[in-house]
This record gives sequence, C-alpha cells and structure tokens, in this order.
Amino acid sequence: MAHDLPVELNDAVAVLGSFPVLAGATLTVERGEIVLLRGPNGAGKTTLLRLCAGLLELQRGTGHVLGIDLARDRWAVRQRVGLLGHANGLYPDLTVTENVRFWGRTVGASPSEIAAALSRMGLDGRLADVPVARLSAGQRRRTALASLVARRAELWLLDEPHAGLDAVGRDELDDVLRSAARAGATIMVASHELDRAGHLATRQVEVVAGQVRELGGGS
Amino acid sequence: MNDSNRSLASFASTWSTARSMLGKDLLIERRGRVLTNQVLPFALIVMVMFAFALDSDAVLERVAPGLVWLATLFSTLFIIARSFAVETADGALDQLRTTGAPPAGIFLGKALALMIQLLALVVVLIVAAVVLYRADLSWEGGVLLVTTALAATSGLAAVGTLYGGLSAGAKGRETLLPLLVLPVVAPVLIGATRATESAFGTNGIAVGEGWPWLGLLAVFAVMFSVTGAIAFGSLLDD
Repeated sequence: MAHDLPVELNDAVAVLGSFPVLAGATLTVERGEIVLLRGPNGAGKTTLLRLCAGLLELQRGTGHVLGIDLARDRWAVRQRVGLLGHANGLYPDLTVTENVRFWGRTVGASPSEIAAALSRMGLDGRLADVPVARLSAGQRRRTALASLVARRAELWLLDEPHAGLDAVGRDELDDVLRSAARAGATIMVASHELDRAGHLATRQVEVVAGQVRELGGGS
Repeated sequence: MNDSNRSLASFASTWSTARSMLGKDLLIERRGRVLTNQVLPFALIVMVMFAFALDSDAVLERVAPGLVWLATLFSTLFIIARSFAVETADGALDQLRTTGAPPAGIFLGKALALMIQLLALVVVLIVAAVVLYRADLSWEGGVLLVTTALAATSGLAAVGTLYGGLSAGAKGRETLLPLLVLPVVAPVLIGATRATESAFGTNGIAVGEGWPWLGLLAVFAVMFSVTGAIAFGSLLDD
C-alpha cells in the first residue's frame, strides 16, 4: 500500500517515560493543508507534533510521514520536516543571513536556495545583516521560518507559533504560513489561540486524552 | 548506490556538517569574544594567584607545568559550558535534532571548535608560565610542547563535547559538568603535565622522557573522539 500523504497515523501510541501521551491517535493530513490541533494542556498536541517530526518512537500502531515509515526510519523523516516549538532555534549573536545559511547548510542547501528562503520571508533587505539578538519577536519567528524553508522542510510542525507576538507579528506570521501552504508546504499548528489559528487553518482536529477527533474545516 | 558510494556520501555529509558547526561556533566566539574577554583573563588570574600563593621561584619553576594544565582544565569547563549554552539559549539544540544532520558531524565540528579555542588558551598560558615562573624552553622541548598541546587539547575537546552534550539539557548542568568532566580528564592532566615537565626540563628531566606521555595523550584523544562520534546521536536524542 502506497503511503504518499504528508501524515498518516493509524492507532498510534507514543509514550513519555512510561506514560502513554498518545493513546491510539489516528490522523491523515493532505498536502497543502493547514491543520489546527486544538485541545487542553497535556492532551498530547506537542507529543503528536514530535512524533510526526521523528523525535519520538512509535510504540504501537502505524505511522507514515511523507511516505516514510516512522517505525523504520525516523532519521529520514527528520531530514524532511521542520519542527518549531516555543523557541526559535536561532543563534542570537549571528545575523539573520548567517542563521538561515547555517540551517540551510545542514541539508546541503545552495546559496541560491538560501537567498530564496530569505527573500520569501521578506528578510533580504535591511534585516539581512542584523544580529538576531536585535530583532523583534515577530522578526525572529520569520527568521526561524526562513530556516525551515532553507532546510527544504515539506511538513511544518508548529507549536504555539503565535505565542509572544504582537498583533502585527501575528498578522505577518499568518501571511507567511498561508503563502507557504500555497507554495506546497503542509502545516500542522498546535495552538490555544483558537480565533487566530482557526481563521488560518483549513481544517481543525481536537486532541483529547491522547486521541484525535475530527472537527472539520477552519472557522 | 553501492556500499562504497554510500560510505563516501555518508563521510561527505558528516564532514560537511562538521565544517558548518566549526564555522558557526568560531563565528559566534568571534562575535561574543568570551574566550578573549573572559576565559583568558580568568586563566591568567589563576596563574598569577598561584604565583602569589606559592611565592617561591624554586617551587614555581618546579610546579609550572602542572599549573599551566590546571589553569587549562578550569578554563576548559567555561569554554564547554559556553559552547553548549549557545545551543540551548534559543532551542538550537532541539533544531539540530530535527535536521537529521549526522550526529558525528555535529560532534566533530563542536570538538574542533573547542580544540582551536583551547589551543589558543594553552599558547598564552605557556608564554605566561615562561614569563611568570621563569620556565626554560629549548628548541627540542618546544617541539614536544607543541605536540603535547595538540594531543592534550584534542582529548579535552573530545571529552568536553561528549559530556557537554550529555549535560546540556540536564538540571543543574553548571555543577554537573565539572563533576562529569574533571575525573575523566585526570589522565590528560597527568600526561600533559609530565610531558610539559620534560619539555621545560623541570628537575633535570630529559626531553626524551616526555614522548611516552604523549602516547598516552594520543590514545586518550583517539578513544574519546571515536566514542563521541559514535555516541553523540544517542546523547542528543536523550
């Protein structure tokens, strides 16, 4: 059976220590979708994202990400997805360009791919040579997303991406995510900000007690 | 792809990651200047404090090699801590896990960056020892000293990167790191001190007597470099 969807989980179980945080999660995600993961704290949203990023072991059930079997080759999954948690994964002493170049090089991106990533996130102008330490929270998020583009991430897994951003930064982020989805990226967003992320999403699911429940289209 | 091509591709990918990490770490050091503005002055202060405490030219001349390497060891802890603090400050270590970059490349890149910084530190401390403690250095001793510095800093860098990675995500890592590193690097302290004594001709020891200690340092460096390159992936994941 061909598994060519970005995410296909069937009765997936993942544990943290000995506690099963995901207890039989089933989810499929189509290419180009922006899927909002809703749910209370501790429901398993972050664990679901980390499982899809190849960072957690699949204990039971089946799981394929970008066609790769999670039970067989999590390392290959990692090379094609981008996970952005509460932190941005940037080096404050380095400039925007140096950060994006570094992350691009980890997957062998060419200088033109790195320049394209900066341009796509609107970071190729006066911000290009500014150290990340001097950027606003929104500009740092954009730099982190540019790093995902430079890394050629096909599946973006974002955990509370709006946290810490002001209204302008949130609008900028939403524009960037919509444009990334139009360009072919698949995006999964875990968020408590239901109004904001609900408008952004093309589909919503709820994670409760380690299981996934379909809620339908975005609001 | 056959086996030899696959091995070649894997080596190329590891080396490319190592170069990226090395360049990034040295660039961060160049911007932050923590080595030159903080670690180096600290190491020099330690050397001067030893001079005040011992306050005898004869004693200082005798213990100079050990003091150089003790000051290096203490300073190494700061450099390791800094090397991993930049990775954890904004979650970059988590990002490194998700890139799927070869862990051996990450390890080698960070270890090489540490080694270069340690070498710079050791050179300054040896000059300080010659000036402060009036240590003598012949041409032949200089060759032994350079080789010793290379081998000892390689070993310290390998151990530092391995245990720095291990303690990076741990609670109380500031105190955990010295507890993990100092006992393990005891052979480096002993070997480098003995080899440096030979290089300085301390207590009439001949330069030739230092070379076997260099062998110990080389074995130590190779052993921890190989272990680190193999184990770093598991450390990052845990």
